[in-house]
Amino acid sequence: MNEFIFFLNKVIISGATLGSVYALGAVGVTLIFGILRFAHFAHGDMMTLGAFISFMLVGIFQSLGIQTPLPTGFIVLPFAMAITAGLALGIDKGFYEPLRAKGVKTVTLLIASIGVTLMLQGLIRLFAGTATRSFFENESKDLFRFKLPIEGVRSINISEPQILVIVTTIITVLVLHFFLTRSRIGKGMRAMADNPSLAQVSGINTASVVRATWIIAGSLAAMAGTMLALDVILKPDLAFNIVLPIFAAAVVGGLGHSYGAIAGGFLIGFAETMSVFNWSIMFRGFDNLPDWFPKDLSLVPTEYKLTVAFIILVVVLLVRPQGIFKGASS
Amino acid sequence: MSLLDVKDVHGGYGGAPILNGVNMSIEREDIGVIVGPNGAGKSTTLKAIFGLLEVTGGSITLDGHEVANQLPDKLVPLGLSFVPQEFNVFTEMTVHENLEMGAYIREDDFSATLDYVYEMFPPLKDKRKQKAGELSGGQRQMVAMGRALMSQPKLLLLDEPSAGLSPRYMMEIFETVVNVNKSGVGILMVEQNARQALEFASKGFVLAGGKNRYTGTGRQLLDDPEVAQSFLGG
Repeated sequence: MNEFIFFLNKVIISGATLGSVYALGAVGVTLIFGILRFAHFAHGDMMTLGAFISFMLVGIFQSLGIQTPLPTGFIVLPFAMAITAGLALGIDKGFYEPLRAKGVKTVTLLIASIGVTLMLQGLIRLFAGTATRSFFENESKDLFRFKLPIEGVRSINISEPQILVIVTTIITVLVLHFFLTRSRIGKGMRAMADNPSLAQVSGINTASVVRATWIIAGSLAAMAGTMLALDVILKPDLAFNIVLPIFAAAVVGGLGHSYGAIAGGFLIGFAETMSVFNWSIMFRGFDNLPDWFPKDLSLVPTEYKLTVAFIILVVVLLVRPQGIFKGASS
Repeated sequence: MSLLDVKDVHGGYGGAPILNGVNMSIEREDIGVIVGPNGAGKSTTLKAIFGLLEVTGGSITLDGHEVANQLPDKLVPLGLSFVPQEFNVFTEMTVHENLEMGAYIREDDFSATLDYVYEMFPPLKDKRKQKAGELSGGQRQMVAMGRALMSQPKLLLLDEPSAGLSPRYMMEIFETVVNVNKSGVGILMVEQNARQALEFASKGFVLAGGKNRYTGTGRQLLDDPEVAQSFLGG
């Protein structure tokens, strides 16, 4: 029983948390790819940017003496999302739109987004420094322990940020689903991802669809970045480090396919936590295990967690290049 | 003043010009059919009218508005609709959503138009929750035309609506074209099956080398021995 709860804490809860962050990031990547047909490399740094904006807002809130029942970093999220969405629109206006107007190849946009990555990283370090910060310097990070009604069994541990990440992601996915299937602009986005020239022929205002895409991608990036910083720590290379699993999630789900990106995010999240989990713990209950039975049965050491996403990405590209769900990749 | 007036239009995709002086005029009660050999500029003419390629000379007026080189999101509200030959449905969206996309520019309640389209294409009503990509070729063509009708156009441009369809479906699509026209929508279409299409055309245009070679009613063109010999395969 102890082993099972250990598994629950280490694999299921951690995997769901990680998967939520990946899913939120991957949805943004996949939406941008579906509408604008380029891999937005700067998405990770947009997440970091959103997290730093949240951190700044938390500072303002606390200096005003505002006390909140939930972590302040979570309460300021709507504001941070709005600001990041505005900045995403500004980045598009300033860097990508002029290139699109010239009719450049999508690879040029990809390279421009690498430039935006470097610029954002530089700006964040310029204003916030290179230090590592915590959202919980002035408030406590609550940890909930659920005791099972069995004697001598360890408790299920879940932290407040983890609950918030998972619940917020579920709500966001539902809202996104209704937006894409019910609202006019959401359907316009799907139409444009499906068949851009027919969307144009139908008289769909493609410029407003592009704006909507950046607003959604930017706010989801702020949400994912802040949640990640709440769960772990805030640092300038916070999300740049997870660009690979986020892109892997988007590709695994089929680029351009929002539900695929969500599924891909959770798949990669769970795959990572399962790969670093020491499976020999599950066998501890057996008393007479032979001596040669390995003490460590994890597939990869924790510090190589990122390779898991890479391996999944390579395998999916080899076996099913269109992704698990058929995507708009071209 | 006609609904659509195309006067001496020149244009192309930036390279060598494809259109070298195309003239046509269409009224709301007309079914205009453009025929001609491959590379004559038939589809290019439709694309030029719909702003999908650069018009370098001449004029195109719709209801008196000059529309040459206007983008589709300006043309659709003016009453022009276009059904491309290929990739003319949103494959990942349902039939119903495809039709909604046709009405994207409309701010008013379009449920009456929806009923009209389902009446025009009865098979679509049962399949309205199905993805358009799962339908047969003929039904996809219906979705494509239905989508174009949702914006309540005055003039519908059809690029080879019968391409790739069996003769039975071809006749069905042609019948629908006539019915749509009777409901008050002008039609201008490009057609490979020239003989069958000219049978019901009130105006026929034979293009060759990017300009009009013969112009007349469908009947006149069918009865012209020269047209029959050179362009309708004897």
